[in-house]
Amino acid sequence: MRVLGLVLAGGRSDNLGVLTLKRASAAMPIYGKYRAIDFTLSNMVNSGIVKVGVLTQYNPRSLMDHLGSGKEWDLDRKNGGLFILQPYVSSEGNFWYKGTADAIYQNMTLLRRGEEDFVLIGSGDHIYKIDFSEVFRFHFHKGADITLLVKDLDESYDLSQYGIVEMDEDGRILNIEEKPENPKGNTAFLGIYFMNKFLLMDLLYSFVPHGRTDLLLDIVIPNLKKLKVYGYRFTGYWRNIKKSVKEYYRANMDILDSSVREELFYRNGKVYTKLKDMPPPKFSGTAVVENSLISDGSIITGTVRNSIIFRGVRIKAGAVVENSIVMEGTTIEEGAMVYNAIIDKESVVREERKVIGEGEILVFEKRAVI
Amino acid sequence: MRGNEVVALILAGGQGTRLGILTEKIAKPAVPFGGKYRIIDFTMSNCVNSGIFTIGVLTQYRPHVLSKHIGIGKPWDLDRKDGGVVILPPYQGSNESDWYKGTANAVYQNIEFVDEYDPEYVLILSGDHVYAMDYNDIIDFHLSKDADGTIACMEVPLEEAHRFGIMVTDIDSRIIEFQEKPKEPKGNLASLGIYVFNWNFLKELLMEDENDPNSTHDFGKDIIPKIVENDLGKLYAYRFEGYWKDVGTIRSYWESNLELTRPLPPLNLYDPNWKFYTHTEEMPPAYVSKSAKVENSLISEGCEIEGEVYDSVIFQGVKIKKGAVVRNSVIMTRSVINEGSVVEDAIIAENVIIGKNVKIGDGEFAQSKLDPKIYNTDITIIGMNSRVPDNCVLGKNVVIGCDVAEGDFKELKVESGGFVLRGGV
Repeated sequence: MRVLGLVLAGGRSDNLGVLTLKRASAAMPIYGKYRAIDFTLSNMVNSGIVKVGVLTQYNPRSLMDHLGSGKEWDLDRKNGGLFILQPYVSSEGNFWYKGTADAIYQNMTLLRRGEEDFVLIGSGDHIYKIDFSEVFRFHFHKGADITLLVKDLDESYDLSQYGIVEMDEDGRILNIEEKPENPKGNTAFLGIYFMNKFLLMDLLYSFVPHGRTDLLLDIVIPNLKKLKVYGYRFTGYWRNIKKSVKEYYRANMDILDSSVREELFYRNGKVYTKLKDMPPPKFSGTAVVENSLISDGSIITGTVRNSIIFRGVRIKAGAVVENSIVMEGTTIEEGAMVYNAIIDKESVVREERKVIGEGEILVFEKRAVI
Repeated sequence: MRGNEVVALILAGGQGTRLGILTEKIAKPAVPFGGKYRIIDFTMSNCVNSGIFTIGVLTQYRPHVLSKHIGIGKPWDLDRKDGGVVILPPYQGSNESDWYKGTANAVYQNIEFVDEYDPEYVLILSGDHVYAMDYNDIIDFHLSKDADGTIACMEVPLEEAHRFGIMVTDIDSRIIEFQEKPKEPKGNLASLGIYVFNWNFLKELLMEDENDPNSTHDFGKDIIPKIVENDLGKLYAYRFEGYWKDVGTIRSYWESNLELTRPLPPLNLYDPNWKFYTHTEEMPPAYVSKSAKVENSLISEGCEIEGEVYDSVIFQGVKIKKGAVVRNSVIMTRSVINEGSVVEDAIIAENVIIGKNVKIGDGEFAQSKLDPKIYNTDITIIGMNSRVPDNCVLGKNVVIGCDVAEGDFKELKVESGGFVLRGGV
């Protein structure tokens, strides 16, 4: 069985504010050295998928830079490999993707030409680890037309932000209510689809030319009665960092929990990312580090607690960083204090400045000088 | 475009016997260094940073790990259409077949490899040294002197001169005398084992030397003295003033690693203009827990630190459990220090598991019962894949070999200077 992977990474996200001014949310840095899309890409590769198309649109530069030729995911291949699918102008006049279905429709050639029989559609914003072969087995076992990944969300998720799914006992999906004000349950659709490629092509050809451009709202939901759509209940860790700054921050902090680290970093294969050749981080004689993730190339001379420190960060003597995310190449100068903040790449917090988030997380954009 | 004019040959066949069990299973150039590197990475990175992209690596002793590490040279951007890195092991020909008999013979056996690129110059390097050097400087010097050969050198303390090739130069830096590892050195200008030669000049010498029955086919012992004594060509000494270390003994290996944990070490791993590249396993960033204390140390990716670490270099994927204390030590990839253990002045190789409440580095120095020539420091060494049982006490200058199982320990105490080898020998 051959599966084509498609990663939706084009969406604009206003929820993350200045953090996504210059990058797609799929390119959001996370856990010290990764970008959000690494998880979905690694999941696909670890599940034996060797051909992956990444659909990009909004601010793709940093994402493209990150993916390169797909080398780090072993996707620099003669057959298959990584395809970056950008919107383009053609004689038919297509241009910006008008929705998820339209995005795939505009790249129909990739579907038509390949030898794959199935398509797995994921999103570049999701943080989770899975062995997709279990999903494939479930799909065949149920004789499903389409399998959607669903999860029972606890109260830490804002249910009104998700598609709430109603299923029968067998797992067949009866109804999906997108972002309901009064959710009827807590089972949410995770934005991950698995289906026969030819079915997908038929659906796209039938609906997209008539302006039905969203895969979920315009194609899957209206056809729930005609098609056998099943929900595969995923029980592992899953977060969509695009939802809000709070959600992004929470996902980062979750990694300080050893069970989350174990699941995300070590279970179901490794997480691959772009290599940067940096030496191991150095802890000086005055460093105090507690419950934190410290990445390569960093030099810690100050104090770091409950924080995520990315690559090449300098925490100078007397500086204190607590409950914060400090991204690559940022310097926290002598005596500065950073509490409850997200500081984007290559920023500087000047000496003895106090950056203290109270009640909410302070966010500083790339190359900020504070 | 220096890249096309120069071919670099890295001699990486040596065992490095003075590193003892650290090189029992791997060649010295493959010995891990500095938290994530292997010794040969420094020479390979220097080549690439100097714009030299045609490199032959001459291997012989235990090449498996080294070959796997280098692969097709991807981490160094050496996976190229033209040139790149080629591993050159000894081979069998229709007439001759032999192990490399010496450094000069190793190059002699690969004359065809070099000729394929038809270079003006060859750079003969050693994969045994840790240093940062821009080879353009020595090649420029070589050109400016119109030399036939140039040797990089450095002043060393006179009492250490007997370990090196020592040269005497005239006022123009031309070498007028060369002594290989002399008992009575005439100076302290030591060869660093880095040579630039005009290829045609060297090729002829190598072919002559090959037919010389009295030669040991070694650069330092035969080729260089021959050139100087018989005035066969112009050899110059290029004085190198940067960081260079032959991490060839247990003490110098341990010290050079620990030196990296100082605030401003002489070898700068963090220089964005002179990066060191390596092949490493993909691992997440290091995690330091609430109970941990880390001072003056390098902690690599994939580590989980719950105990205390002082003045140490910790390689990738090492776990230091709660209540464990590590001081002045080098701990290599994927080793585990379990709860309550205290490790002092130690080198712990890859995949070692130290049980609970183990004490390493206990008591006073005693002469090694295994090999006092190699093991003559306070440092206790544990070879790769070994297990040290719970509650075990190891003294100073103890050697635990590779692949030692818990059952190989006859008692839970190994006195200073003692050893345990595989099978309890």
